[in-house]
Amino acid sequence: MLTNSFDPPVAQPLRPSSPSVSNRNDAVISIRGLRKRYGDTEAVRGIDLEVHRGEIFAFLGPNGAGKTTTVEILEGFRQASEGIVEVLGTNPWRAPSGWRERIGLVLQESQAEPGLTVRECLELYAGYYRSPRPVDETLALVDLGEQADQRATALSGGQRRRLDVALALIGDPELIFLDEPTTGFDPSARRAAWKVIGGLRDLGKTVFLTTHYMEEAERLADRIAVIAAGEIVAEGTPQTLGGRQVGGARITFALPNGTAIEDLPASVGDRIQDDGAGAVALPTTTVAADLHALSGWALGWGFELEDLEVRRPTLEDVYLKLTTPNEPRS
Amino acid sequence: MYFLLSYLLRKWRERRDHALRLSVGSSPVAGASEASPATAGRASAPRVVDPEVARPSAAARGTVALLAHQVRYDLLTSLRNPRARFFTFFFPIVLLVVFTGVFGNGHTVVDGVRVDLSRFYVPGILAMSIVVAAYANLVISISSLRETGVLKRRRATPVSPAMLVAGQAIATVVVALVMGTLLLLIAKLAYGVDMSPAGLAAMGITAVVGTLAFACIGYAVSILVGSPDAAQPIVQATMLPLWFVSGVFIPTATLSATLRSVGSLFPVEHIADGMHLASVRSSLGTAISVNDLLALAAWGVAAALFCAWRFSWLPSTATA
Repeated sequence: MLTNSFDPPVAQPLRPSSPSVSNRNDAVISIRGLRKRYGDTEAVRGIDLEVHRGEIFAFLGPNGAGKTTTVEILEGFRQASEGIVEVLGTNPWRAPSGWRERIGLVLQESQAEPGLTVRECLELYAGYYRSPRPVDETLALVDLGEQADQRATALSGGQRRRLDVALALIGDPELIFLDEPTTGFDPSARRAAWKVIGGLRDLGKTVFLTTHYMEEAERLADRIAVIAAGEIVAEGTPQTLGGRQVGGARITFALPNGTAIEDLPASVGDRIQDDGAGAVALPTTTVAADLHALSGWALGWGFELEDLEVRRPTLEDVYLKLTTPNEPRS
Repeated sequence: MYFLLSYLLRKWRERRDHALRLSVGSSPVAGASEASPATAGRASAPRVVDPEVARPSAAARGTVALLAHQVRYDLLTSLRNPRARFFTFFFPIVLLVVFTGVFGNGHTVVDGVRVDLSRFYVPGILAMSIVVAAYANLVISISSLRETGVLKRRRATPVSPAMLVAGQAIATVVVALVMGTLLLLIAKLAYGVDMSPAGLAAMGITAVVGTLAFACIGYAVSILVGSPDAAQPIVQATMLPLWFVSGVFIPTATLSATLRSVGSLFPVEHIADGMHLASVRSSLGTAISVNDLLALAAWGVAAALFCAWRFSWLPSTATA
């Protein structure tokens, strides 16, 4: 540590206090008991969430589940009816403009600035921030360098969405909200967008992502929360969400010709489900033992187990189970 | 007009980029690539920009710079909009030429002064072009920017709403003044219609007050426009009848008393009347119609209050 010999020694004990506060609590977004009512209907019914610095957090939920409302409250566009909301340590509702210097938004639906080229769009938005990123560097980041002098309205859907991401990044924010960033993309555009979003993690940004694509959440997110009917119904990593890692798997195969369910080994026979078309399914929590029993049985009789498949529930299975009403939530 | 302005803008930008390059020596910086199309946009590696040298952003240079920044881009946007270009610049000139060409030899009375119809049409069309530039353009563009999420995205940046609105208003005043000057030049050169210096000053004042008032009304009416498709019909339905009862197309002297009093309820009559008065007077005191300016200001303030109460930056179709 550099010390100035003329400094009075008294000043020293004061120093370490400020950094330790930010180290202890790295929550970028912190929500406690958030509720939002529109008239008589309650869109958000008391949710708690915490998003940490540097993570990609996916917020999933069907349309009308309170997802957009929550996002808009976090973005400062709507006022919470109840609860504590802190984004970067500030209540977003009526936050000072300095707060907006630190966040970037990719809105669910937003068109390009009419009449401006890609570069002009970025220059316009760069002017709004006190210390924006360089325009060319930002264009390169979303791979729009080639389109810099095209009218923004002439871009393809995927390119326009990447421009949206560039506009969200131009202020060099710490926290970025991505609201369904790849809706309507073809598969290759989606992969390109994932690369850009993954790159945000490398830049040390915190990303709050909403999406309807489970593959997207699975590939990008460090953590996932699912909202349904205004409540958080599950929270976890893509691997553990909704007890996915401990929940049962399904073994499916085609019954060998000339055999019936009664011929199967007794250890599996009573759990087997028949779809009536020759294929059977076996829900199981003991995959190795059941596979051993089945294959031993097949080898013994000289059968082949055709169409054999072991499937763990996909994130989509878990999600659908969590968000479908009238089904018991496990 | 458009091409002239965009040419000047391009020249200015080239000079700025040139100056920027000189100030940082040989290293290329952001913004310089426009001047060298061969390398434009091929910025695969992040460029090294010395923060000491890079030009600070508009926001970092203060309120005035930020306002100028917003005005510049709002002007650029409206100049590049084919609809705005047609209705704001081309259409009033066509109307001036057609009306003066067809009826120019007739006479009418403006505020007790007998004038050629060619002199009558100049201030009327001038008023009309201001209403179109401020009211029609803003209703259509603000409602469309709002419904397409552009306003919401701008609002998500640190720029203040006041700055966005002020930038738009100033850009509109600039367009109205340029357009007014153009119409007066055409009137003078093609039809020999001259205004007194006092009349010109009064017209300028009326133009600024009128543009700001109609800009407020434009913002207010855009609130009532649910979908961008409805904007054009709403604009036409509210403007078109007023041209006829406000002395723009037809001299008010020939209207019935009822129609005249209906017309005077609305702001179009007041900007047209202010312009007409200025066109026949030669001392500043008599050329300025204080009552009309007050009526315009009252409309503007009422519209601004309505905006303060109801204006939203979010699309009206926002879902829960």
